[in-house]
Amino acid sequence: MRQTFKFKDEQDLAGFVRERVDPIFITGGQTRGVDLEYDRIDMTGISGIVDYEPGALTMVAKAGTTLQHIEEVLKAEGQQLAFEPTTLNNTLGTSGDSTIGGVFATNASGPRRIQAGAARDFLLGVRYVDGLGNVIKNGGRVMKNVTGYDVVKLIAGSWGTLGLLSEVSFKVLPMPVAQATLVISGIDTDVAVDVMTSTLNTAFDVNGVAFDIAEQRAYVRLEGFEKSVKYRTKSLIEILGTQSDIIVYEDSESANLWSNIRTLSAISSQSGDLWKISVRPTDGPKLVQRLALVSGIMDWSGGLIWTKLEAGKAARDILGEFQGHAVNLSAKTGLKFSNTNSALTYLHGAIRNKFDPKGIFNPGLMG
Amino acid sequence: MEMPAPDQFTLSRKTEIVARLRAALSADVVIDDPAETKAYECDALSAYRCPPLAVVLPHSTEEVVIALKICNEMNVPVVPRGAGTSLAGGALPTADSVIIGVARMNDVLECDYKNRVIRVQTGRTNLSVTGAVEEDEFFYAPDPSSQLACAIAGNIAMNSGGAHCLKYGVTSNNLMGVKLVTMQGDILDIGGSHLDADGLDLLGVICGSEGQLGIVTEATLRILHKPEGALPVLMGFDSNEVAGACVSDIIRAGVLPVAIEFMDRPCIRATEAFAGAGYPDCEALLIVEVEGSDLEIEEQLDKILDIAKTHNPVELRRASDAAEAGRIWLGRKSAFGAMGQINDYMCLDGTIPVSQLPYVLRRISELSAEFGLDVGNVFHAGDGNMHPLILYNANKEGDLEKCEAFGAEILKLCVEVGGCLTGEHGVGIEKRDLMSVQFSALDLEAQMKIKDVFDPKWLLNAAKVFPLDVTQSRRDGCPQ
Repeated sequence: MRQTFKFKDEQDLAGFVRERVDPIFITGGQTRGVDLEYDRIDMTGISGIVDYEPGALTMVAKAGTTLQHIEEVLKAEGQQLAFEPTTLNNTLGTSGDSTIGGVFATNASGPRRIQAGAARDFLLGVRYVDGLGNVIKNGGRVMKNVTGYDVVKLIAGSWGTLGLLSEVSFKVLPMPVAQATLVISGIDTDVAVDVMTSTLNTAFDVNGVAFDIAEQRAYVRLEGFEKSVKYRTKSLIEILGTQSDIIVYEDSESANLWSNIRTLSAISSQSGDLWKISVRPTDGPKLVQRLALVSGIMDWSGGLIWTKLEAGKAARDILGEFQGHAVNLSAKTGLKFSNTNSALTYLHGAIRNKFDPKGIFNPGLMG
Repeated sequence: MEMPAPDQFTLSRKTEIVARLRAALSADVVIDDPAETKAYECDALSAYRCPPLAVVLPHSTEEVVIALKICNEMNVPVVPRGAGTSLAGGALPTADSVIIGVARMNDVLECDYKNRVIRVQTGRTNLSVTGAVEEDEFFYAPDPSSQLACAIAGNIAMNSGGAHCLKYGVTSNNLMGVKLVTMQGDILDIGGSHLDADGLDLLGVICGSEGQLGIVTEATLRILHKPEGALPVLMGFDSNEVAGACVSDIIRAGVLPVAIEFMDRPCIRATEAFAGAGYPDCEALLIVEVEGSDLEIEEQLDKILDIAKTHNPVELRRASDAAEAGRIWLGRKSAFGAMGQINDYMCLDGTIPVSQLPYVLRRISELSAEFGLDVGNVFHAGDGNMHPLILYNANKEGDLEKCEAFGAEILKLCVEVGGCLTGEHGVGIEKRDLMSVQFSALDLEAQMKIKDVFDPKWLLNAAKVFPLDVTQSRRDGCPQ
């Protein structure tokens, strides 16, 4: 019988880990597809915003605080998480609210990552419980900090395998007052990547470039103050030329488009495993062709492919000769990574063993 | 600042070590003539010097591998070196160490605009990375003040920042991949032209590890298209509190300037005497720069000036062209030189939460009176990264020690208010012994365990970053 353990604070959690000898599955909002067959730690009990300084663009929150709550509090001050965390509930068929700890533990970055940076780039400091039950801190709550090793980045995206995040501090950014999206229709993946890279490589601060494979439609987003967005929209249309079929969506219409991209609504009702494939943008079309994809989202200027594939595929087979990585987010029994370098594999294992010598945190995950 | 005593056995084997390196590497790579190694005795923290055992300046990654394998086999400590511009003593050698410098490896290997990356050898200077792409309107964003001289290798080791990182981030946010040679001589390719890590984010921890995990010989860096233009505005205020409140209000209003620089009265006066930039004689001065087209700059500067006006500024000066912008930046850019004219100085680098600015400046001026040493403050106010410049006389006995003690008090103050010891210069030897102020023994142990994995014998730059007493047993070769 699987047990679930929930804790009221970090000390409580640390005490449990000190005594624990058996493997344990760590969960935040359970919005990801992973489900390991061990007893479970539910992190949602350790929650609450600890500190928020809008004038310094920083927030500190306990790891179990829901993403929804944090986004509401930020919105009241006209601020936001600029890395636009992905929300995959609809696509993975999961329910629940993402926690901020889960967002950083999975480095869940959305469309704006291409311009603003990933979740890991916004994470300033962590408190975590290591595999022996020690409470450790690293980083802080200031934007510039090179004091000691950047364990913060190592923990971000480690899926709970190095430590249990109990508190995170992170940078936030102003929410833009206006936005517009250029929608370019009737183009194939090659043209789409040309459109995306050429608009991104301008002075116009494009911060979202995605392509819907089935719809054959590319989206190019601009955000900022009103006059500026209008000016840049006009400038981009001039660059793209009149031969393209371009429609401009403004403000709420534009926001809805990107909300759909962030939640992968284009492929949410399809069956199969959800794959996240990161390659260099110009390799994107070749990979789409090799996998014979008829649907999916190419985000990050073509460098990130979200698609559903029939179950049973291996990451290495998907990538083929392309540099990058592929992850199956539907795999219940653990994410496998595509790395094949033995020295790197050794380092991963050795670091994990240093942080969690008993091997109790999410065994099997990130193998 | 104390350094560990050199290992006598290693010193006694100098001839043998140098001979093995010479036999394995090209003719001009190994330097051991004391006259020639003199240039490598120190970095930009020049108060501390020590001649190394030898200096190795490889031409390729393969030569780095050979040199590291020999040093690892013979248990010789290695100090990696970029351009030697560290203000924290990051490249300071010990007498029993071999310096491996990447200065000769400075080629551009690949320039890929479509994917927005450039791949370079890490001996290349920061500014010449931008130099390689600026004809095509691109640039590399991190811009440390030493960018004309500093090498990408050192930028990665220290996770360097700069004046414009409020918008563009620091090195870590612009580094996409590295070729790293470990102490054992293994070559690791981590990251590349694609985004984010496969598995653990090793790139994230390598960046900022101060040359303790390996030697980075190649780097894939993100390059960006230049903005259409940029213009600054200068504002003077009657008090530090008001200037601090103005910074906070600008940020809250949703404007994201590329830089917000702050200078206090001692610094303003020194730079006026030195550069004559025409700065007002006031308590606090801000330079705020925004980017975009003419229209966008106007829109942002209007908002910023409206906010500034609510804080009763004693001076508001808006640049309307490049020449005026240059005059506004002139004083700020010559601030360090100006302070150097008055006396020797030590430049600190602590970061504080922006809201603590007025309190910290007040405390610094109280401490200045207590220690009897003058201090000027110039810093990146948008991100709270302070640069107090403490003036002292290097020729006066005891002044350096007094200056260091004063500096330590300021850094403790930064930690006390929720900040950190170093925002962009790194720990090196300079802040090494203060690490216990910011971190518990367990916090430090967690970091050192990462070094145990990469460099089990603790041969790479081992006398840096962590307090010497904390690393003693590891440096002495006790297995962990």
